[in-house]
Amino acid sequence: MSSTSSSRALVLSLYKKLLREGSKFPAYNFRMYALRRTKDAFKENKTLTDQNQIKACIEEARENLEMLQRQVIIGNLYRTDKLIIEK
Amino acid sequence: MLRFSIRNSSLNELKQTSKAVFCRFISSDNEGKNTKFSIKDETLDGRPLYLDAQATTPLDPRVLDKMLPYLTNYYGNPHSRTHYYGWETETAVEKARNQVAKLIGADPKEIIFTSGATESNNVAIKGVGRFYAEKKKHIITTQTEHKCVLDSCRALEGEGFKVTYMPVNSNGLIDIEALEKAITPETSLVSIMSVNNEIGVRQPIEEIGKLCRSKKVFFHTDAAQAVGKIPINVNEMNIDLMSISGHKIYGPKGIGCIYIRRRPRVRIEAIQSGGGQERGIRSGTLPAPLVVGLGAACEIAEKEMDYDHKRIEFLSKRLLDGILGNLEHVVRNGDPEKSYPGCINLSFAFVEGESLLMALKDVALSSGSACTSASLEPSYVLRAIGTEEDLAHSSIRFGIGRFTTIEEVDYTVEKTIKHVNRLREMSPLWEMVQEGIDIKTIQWSQH
Repeated sequence: MSSTSSSRALVLSLYKKLLREGSKFPAYNFRMYALRRTKDAFKENKTLTDQNQIKACIEEARENLEMLQRQVIIGNLYRTDKLIIEK
Repeated sequence: MLRFSIRNSSLNELKQTSKAVFCRFISSDNEGKNTKFSIKDETLDGRPLYLDAQATTPLDPRVLDKMLPYLTNYYGNPHSRTHYYGWETETAVEKARNQVAKLIGADPKEIIFTSGATESNNVAIKGVGRFYAEKKKHIITTQTEHKCVLDSCRALEGEGFKVTYMPVNSNGLIDIEALEKAITPETSLVSIMSVNNEIGVRQPIEEIGKLCRSKKVFFHTDAAQAVGKIPINVNEMNIDLMSISGHKIYGPKGIGCIYIRRRPRVRIEAIQSGGGQERGIRSGTLPAPLVVGLGAACEIAEKEMDYDHKRIEFLSKRLLDGILGNLEHVVRNGDPEKSYPGCINLSFAFVEGESLLMALKDVALSSGSACTSASLEPSYVLRAIGTEEDLAHSSIRFGIGRFTTIEEVDYTVEKTIKHVNRLREMSPLWEMVQEGIDIKTIQWSQH
């Protein structure tokens, strides 16, 4: 039991971190996609019970978080004007 | 600090002047008049939205993330066999080859990296054509193919080949029976695209593949607009050669590949001479970072295909419902059912397409393929499906992709409706239509 509740806390923390990082994308389309994709992926996998599957998902989320952190930095190095619908 | 502020202000000044010049150039007709609409107010308030996913797609950050190590530290030549630098890039290139092969159900050995779909199409058509030229000198293609396929065929015609350019039905699809009749014992290759780049129709690839296999004719398909977006399996569909492009599937530009079947073996005369890389079919050092990018793009496309497709279908329906529900006399070009939903080609009657594109400056759209967008001629694809001249001139292609948002679609719908109505109000033809005059019955005087 304790392992499931600790993985639940881990999943929640990863979810929040992914959303926070995704919202930092300066490019509108990438930002919106990162948020939408993260929300949909966690919703889709909400009912997972197989521990191995959960583990794999957590690992994937971790890798994605690192990727997001790097890509947000790069996005900030080469910013553009905002899109017309952002103004 | 001072230097920075000076530079900054002069940059702003420059922007201001260029903006002024640009606006004067565009709105010179309106000067002094009190018109409601001004392109000046509409254009430069921010970057335009991107709705031209058939021309190219943005590089997915996940793809860039995989490429960057090979643009920085891992710079070895993947063909260097004598040292570690070569081995590590070679491993990355082979991994990418596996990723591409997996997406289309092929063997990695059947994937040859090229610079893009144009090169792949050249290799397929000229390569197969020339290799089998002694026995067979006939090639079949369609009138709605991409320019590079048609031009490769033209080049072969110059070498004495016979080429059949099959017409398509008014929905953009080919007639299988007509194709069967066109195949002769002389035919070496049939080249028909999977998804059309202008009108988005999906040709019956499976049926064509079956037919070609039964007639022992090689089947090539230009799948630049299809791979990664709709399920494609080269074995189930009996495809012998297939062209793939990186930048249409959120990968980098300048990379693509060609699938060439090994069993039964398709032989090819190489176009490019050189060091014999890629089994001698495409000599030249592989651009490892781009190859890695193509591989990553394919892996993501495979994983995200269902998710993306559902989303694009939803946005496509929203755009269509929005426009068709609020405007009359709008025609959708190409079959509405047998098509890829991310490509919507609409003709707005009584509106000139180029004027509409100018008015819709804050949305990146196109009237057809990017290669021919400099020309004012109506698209040959639309002419091939029998679209009338006036409607062919008023077509716009809306391209929806992985990164398109609901807000972008809504904005585009709103602006399209606004400007189509505005342009129609200025059109004398539209006025006549409103009065109930059938334009087609008018005998225009000849001078």
